[in-house]
Amino acid sequence: MTAATIEAPAPALGRPGLGATVSQTLSMAWRQMVRIKHNPFELVDLSLSPIMFLLLFVYVFGGQMAGSTSDYLQYVLGGLIAQNAIFLTMYTGTGINADLRKGVYDRFRSLPIARSAPLAGKIFADMFKQVWSVVIMVGLGLLMGFELRSVGYAFLATLVLVVFALAISWVSVLMGVVADSEEKVQIYAFVIIMPLTFTSSAFVDINTMPGFMQAWAKVNPVTHLADAMRGLLSYGPIAEPLMWTFVWAVAIFAVTAPLAMRAYRRKMV
Amino acid sequence: MRTLLKEDDVSHSTDYAIETEGITKHFGDLVAVDHIDLNARTGTVLGVLGPNGAGKTTMVRMLATLSQPTAGTGRVGGYDIIEHAPEVRSLIGLTGQFAGIDELLTGEENLRFIGRLLGMHTRDAKARARELLAQFNLADAADKPAKAYSGGMRRRLDLAASLVGRPKILFLDEPTTGLDPRARGELWGLVRDLVADGTTVLLTTQYLEEADQLAHEIAVIDHGRVIATGTPTQLKAKIGGQTLRIQPEDHGQLDALRSLVAERFPDLEPMVEAGAITIGVNDDGVMPTLAADLRDRGIALTEFHLGLSSLDEVFLTLTGRRTEEDADDSEEEAK
Repeated sequence: MTAATIEAPAPALGRPGLGATVSQTLSMAWRQMVRIKHNPFELVDLSLSPIMFLLLFVYVFGGQMAGSTSDYLQYVLGGLIAQNAIFLTMYTGTGINADLRKGVYDRFRSLPIARSAPLAGKIFADMFKQVWSVVIMVGLGLLMGFELRSVGYAFLATLVLVVFALAISWVSVLMGVVADSEEKVQIYAFVIIMPLTFTSSAFVDINTMPGFMQAWAKVNPVTHLADAMRGLLSYGPIAEPLMWTFVWAVAIFAVTAPLAMRAYRRKMV
Repeated sequence: MRTLLKEDDVSHSTDYAIETEGITKHFGDLVAVDHIDLNARTGTVLGVLGPNGAGKTTMVRMLATLSQPTAGTGRVGGYDIIEHAPEVRSLIGLTGQFAGIDELLTGEENLRFIGRLLGMHTRDAKARARELLAQFNLADAADKPAKAYSGGMRRRLDLAASLVGRPKILFLDEPTTGLDPRARGELWGLVRDLVADGTTVLLTTQYLEEADQLAHEIAVIDHGRVIATGTPTQLKAKIGGQTLRIQPEDHGQLDALRSLVAERFPDLEPMVEAGAITIGVNDDGVMPTLAADLRDRGIALTEFHLGLSSLDEVFLTLTGRRTEEDADDSEEEAK
């Protein structure tokens, strides 16, 4: 056997501290980035659906919805970015589900690392995909004639989107841990996300909806996120939708993150 | 019930790297592990031999802190597996039946990733990865994605991944199941090297030959219970480490053959099956004695074969029944 030359640091006994947890989370995120490096097609795959949605919504519905495609583009880009971000979080759950079933998490759980590091690392790395998608959609929007409110606000919009996505990713993690297959995560996600995003201000003015639906659409978190995106990127109020977006993000995180961690621990039966 | 591999009743935590007492795991109504007591002396290999569904994987998962026992206690490296799970994790390595490696990452990246997780600096993690790849004969495939690896290479990479942090105690859960004999032999060599360096190994296997090759002590388990323990030599003496299979050319001579065996070796219990007789033997003299007798009586044979007992034959001797394949499904489902 080869003589040992590389000394592993004596593993610290006991629970990892905050510094170690952050470092382990970053290592987990690194793994996800290397996966993208080896499978760059994933980014193309990721870009197709936002590109398609943007083109179809603007050029098919635009004239009918807002009288002109350029007016509708100004309205809908923020909504489409919000919808796409929520759909993207689904992949966090499917990825965790696949790792759990393949035994990768068994190895993680046998290592002296923080319990939350594998989940947090995955969520964190998936934020790269969020930023990537925003860049694709704003880029295509600009080519189509979108007028940006201000570059500074566009960066702020991306930041807001990432914060909201970080929070709601825990819904996806919860589904990923509980579901027994990737397909089920996708079905659950589809059944929730599709109606949720359509009953909001993402694509239409909610004042055109019947009363009962308006009541829901006004509180729907997607409405606030879409309004915040529209305010920052295009036109309209900013402060109020931004505040409600944060309220929703905190509330969703506070409920689903502990549930997801609990479900994850219970997987250790 | 206390089936001990210990020779004395005084337990020092440093003497035994792995100790369990009455460890039990229920999955609903299914009792996967039923009051098992095991002890692995530091620096030795404890072989846990049993068929699918016997509770081997459940046992390993509890000791590796992936799963919590329903009852009983376990200590690994002197640390309680429930109270001190983080400490246990810093001492162990685990190689499961299903490789815990990322198929998209290269072999080198897989190992470097574990090194980073364990708090190594990038440069040290890279060097440790290269060192392990060389040691495990994977240097040429270091920069290929793991999905391009053969079954044997994947198992070696998985074993290497469990060794990045130089664990003192290693759990190998059926490390060679599904491997061809050559890959199996290579893996055995690697395990022997680790043990020579002082690592304590708990190995689960379905192969008596594997336990015989590697283990200092063997515990045979069935339906979550220990049904026999001992050194490979003791165990083979008890169960007949080898099996002699005799098939007469003329089916009608089967009875004559059986009475001859019974009269010559009254201690052995011949089994008649599919036109042949099988007997568990551990005395090298049996084969020549029988050969001479058979020639004298003019019994012509189509088969006269001495081989190491399979797990199936071990079970037949210990429990009077064959292993049950269907038990496997119930354990899998319970997980």
